[in-house]
This record gives sequence, C-alpha cells and structure tokens, in this order.
Amino acid sequence: MSRIVHKFTRKVPHWQPRVTPVKLDEATEEQLDALQVTPSNTKVSEYVLTLAHDVESLKVRSPLFNAIMYDPGGMSRAERELGAIGASMVNRCIYCAAVHADRHAKLEKDTSVTDELFEKGEKADLSPRNRAIFDFARKLSESPVDAAPEDMARLRAAGLSDEEILDLILSAALFGWANRLMHVLGDPVRQEVPV
Amino acid sequence: MSIFDSTTLKAAGIAQGPVAAAVETRAKIIEATQAAEDAVLSPRDPGAFPHDLRAALAARLATAGGEPALAERYLDKAGAMVALADPARDGVAEGFGTVVAFFDKAANRTRDIAAEDISSLQAEGIADADIVRLCELSAFMAYQLRVVAGLRLMKGEAA
Repeated sequence: MSRIVHKFTRKVPHWQPRVTPVKLDEATEEQLDALQVTPSNTKVSEYVLTLAHDVESLKVRSPLFNAIMYDPGGMSRAERELGAIGASMVNRCIYCAAVHADRHAKLEKDTSVTDELFEKGEKADLSPRNRAIFDFARKLSESPVDAAPEDMARLRAAGLSDEEILDLILSAALFGWANRLMHVLGDPVRQEVPV
Repeated sequence: MSIFDSTTLKAAGIAQGPVAAAVETRAKIIEATQAAEDAVLSPRDPGAFPHDLRAALAARLATAGGEPALAERYLDKAGAMVALADPARDGVAEGFGTVVAFFDKAANRTRDIAAEDISSLQAEGIADADIVRLCELSAFMAYQLRVVAGLRLMKGEAA
C-alpha cells in the first residue's frame, strides 16, 4: 500500500509515475544514450525513464540542469537551492521541495531555514538576504509578471551581485520547468508498512 | 551563433551593459537553453504535435505571461495553427480542446494538476509519450518566460 504525500517534508518520498515509463530493455539506442547523461547513471529512476519518452528534451535538459545548479561562481549552491524551493512551494511540487530542502539543509548543515519555510510558508521568519531571495523566487514562480522592480531592488539591497541575481533567476525558472514534469507526471508517495 | 542572438536574450533585449556582462559568465547555460528550445519546439520526432502547433502553444503562453516580444518570435512559426496562439480561444473549434485545456492548466495552474488530468488525456487516446512531450513544452516555456522576465527586471524594465 502507498499513500500520496500532500504536506511539505524534507523526507524525500517515492515518485510514482502517472504514465507508463519507457522499459529499459525496450529503449532505443537514442534513449539509452540520453539515459547515461543523467546524474545517477548507476540506477535509472522511473522519473528519468518517464522523461525518456521525449528523448530529445531529456538529452539537452540534464546538462542544463547541472550547469544551473552546480557550475562554480555566482550564487552559493545553498542559495540556488532556496530558489528551487521557492518555485517548488508555489507549484506544490512536494517531491522537488523535499529533494531540494534536504540538499539545502545538508549544504548549510542546518535545518532551521527549511523548517521555518515548511511551517510558515511565505510568512517564514528569514534573514533579510534569504527573505529577498525566497520572495523573488516565489513571485517569479507565481507568474512571470508578478516579480516587480521593488523585488529586484530588494535583492540588490540585500547585497546580491548581478551574477548572483542571474543565478537566482535561472534556478527559480529551472524549477518552473522541473515542477511541471515532476508534479504533473507523477505522485509523491510513501510506502505504508503493514503493522 | 552568439548567445546574444538566442531567442531568450533577444526577447529580453539583452545586448550590452552590466546584465550582458553577467550573462556572458553563464554563456554555457544560454547555449544549453537554446538547445533545449530547439529540442522542444522543433524536435526531429514531434510525435502528435507538429512544429507549427508547438510554436502556436509557445506563443500562447508567452502572450498570457506578458512577454509579447517572445510571443512574436513563436507566432512567426505557428503557420496554420496560429489561432491556438490566442489565449482567449479554447482550441475546441480546431479539434484540440482537451490538449489546450491541459496545456494551459499545466503551465498556469500547475499546483492544481491532479491524476485525473492525466487520465483524461489517456481516455482521449493521447499516448503516454505525447503526454510527456506536451508537459515538456509547457515546462520549457514556463522556464524560458521566467528567464526573459527576470532578465528584463535586472535590466531595469518592468515586464
């Protein structure tokens, strides 16, 4: 038995596809090639096998994802994760929010920011810099026209450089993409262990 | 091709100045964004969604998302499907009512999507591979729209 997870959590759930993923033993050569460039190439997840239905998109998205989240310079990795969390909370992608809240907590060696966010949402008590970052990510995610010049001014007042602001735009926007795959194509579930 | 000729930077109006300098430090990402656009808008295997239909749906989201310059670039490629680029039309008359309703919801009301939205596409006979293709198109456009809107704000212009 499994149940769908509806509340934000750092405990990463299982992702259960709503469509039938590509079967690895039936994958085309192009699909097998694209599956190798994903971050976890030892075991191919159901999520990646689902995306293999559109192999041309999958092949270009994995390197783009890695560059936005991990390339050196610019914004810190933890703050890029905060951009990802802002988007994922707006789109209620429980799975993405869990994965990236867990990463944020590990990078920062501190769970307080994500505890606060999951408990209080946009009313969370955050440092001025985290507040500016989270609010910008949230508004840009709600609608591209929701983020306003005042939000940009708050980022600059909080000390973000142009390079850091660019990385925030990219990480929040990237999760506009990831959430529309994860949240739309599957459910976050927890396996129930019979007592 | 220079990154400044990419759809994203052209639509955001980024050519020079401090924002352009920051963007140059992430040139690889802009190149990968253009590669993604090509893969999603004009794939070799389009499945059930030909290139002109994809361009029309992309223009539809860009218009609804308040980015007319981006919409213009996709409208040019929408051909016979151009009617679907109008966010006020529901696509029923063109035979794409279910597809358009799902596409709009996935793009603009993502959090409200539920399992029934996928099963209703399947009930209409839309193949799983095409459902994934449709999601990728809506998802990529959500990304590109936000990059364009964000860059425009950086440059100091309201969307």
